[in-house]
Amino acid sequence: MSKDKEREPLFSAKNLKLLREPLGENNPITVQVLGICSALAVTVKLKPSVVMALSVVVVMAVSNVVVSLFRKTVPPRIRIIFQLVVIAMMVVLVDQVLKAFAFEVSKQLSVFVGLIITNCIIMGRLEAFALANKPWESLLDGIGNAAGYGLILIIVGFFREFLGSGTIFGYPVMEKLGVYNIGYENNGFMILPPMALITVGIIIWIQRSRNRDLVDKS
Amino acid sequence: MENLINIFVKSVFIDNMVFAYFLGMCSYLAVSKTVKTSVGLGFAVVFVLTITVPVNYLIHNFLLKEGALVWLNESLADVNLSFLSFIMFIAVIASMVQLVEMIVEKFSPTLYASLGIFLPLIAVNCAILGGSLFMVEREYANIGEATVFGFGSGVGFLLAIAGIAAIREKIQYSNVPAPLRGLGITFIITGLMGIAFMSFMGIKL
Repeated sequence: MSKDKEREPLFSAKNLKLLREPLGENNPITVQVLGICSALAVTVKLKPSVVMALSVVVVMAVSNVVVSLFRKTVPPRIRIIFQLVVIAMMVVLVDQVLKAFAFEVSKQLSVFVGLIITNCIIMGRLEAFALANKPWESLLDGIGNAAGYGLILIIVGFFREFLGSGTIFGYPVMEKLGVYNIGYENNGFMILPPMALITVGIIIWIQRSRNRDLVDKS
Repeated sequence: MENLINIFVKSVFIDNMVFAYFLGMCSYLAVSKTVKTSVGLGFAVVFVLTITVPVNYLIHNFLLKEGALVWLNESLADVNLSFLSFIMFIAVIASMVQLVEMIVEKFSPTLYASLGIFLPLIAVNCAILGGSLFMVEREYANIGEATVFGFGSGVGFLLAIAGIAAIREKIQYSNVPAPLRGLGITFIITGLMGIAFMSFMGIKL
């Protein structure tokens, strides 16, 4: 960018678009197909989904900024190792914090905190965006994409916990409503792993039928 | 011996990487358009998992685990380096993938040409790191068990990706609702395959 050009305001329309687009028409999970692995395994209950979403937001925002700061100094040949080290460092920090302050949730998430390292969403955005853009834009892109990822996680987690266990954040909603008395049963199927896939499939279906531009042409 | 067979069958069918833990989903969805390429990727994953899981087993048990450094010096008995495991594992995987790539390129250029882009991609396949992390969590007794577990998980991934690729080749002739085409239907098929694989659950070995 040339020097005489006027400085962009921090939240210009272009920057806000970076933040907003991944939530909808450019969602990392349903459109870019990144970061599916961990998205499905942690969504049995709402609480681990929220914790996972927050962890990814932190890891992604910080590593995007770091990689963006070093984008001119790191030679392209070793950039993958460099990115992995930055991400791994952040994940170790998040893992230790979770173990210290939220031990129960960290047990539930088990290996999936570690697997944030190989979450393709982070590598994908680092490669596609942070390597070519300035730190502030990268920060917004990181937060936006991680939030889009978290949004899907929380939607899936909500439906699986609500329909599968009849609770929300562990609060027995169905029981308080008294629907068990009229013969309602929890759908135990929703707790099983395959239903996470089918739930995401249905989210994709709904999103694409509302926004025809996203439909596969092939 | 019987024990090893148990671990193998368990890691292929019951604890299948793709259907039970959703590991390696990204490449599973991205590369499963044709059977040929997906089988290539599957074999590369088997290969890398069979090497990295035992190597990481040794690193975990002789370097990182609490009290693992006793063989070096008695005074190191209460050193616990397990917080380093993520970085160590991913470094081992990245360097192993690089090594495998160089060896394959040198000794079998045809295999190298057919695997091509998939080899470097494997470094960031969650199934590989997941294999090492599950190996730690399940505390296998010796390196033989760890190797068999790595190999079995790889075979499980190979089966899964070959299966979905075959189905996706056939489904091109079906009339899928337009918004569901491509990604959506693949998700739902994977879910159905997962339900089928769940019938192995509860088998006591």
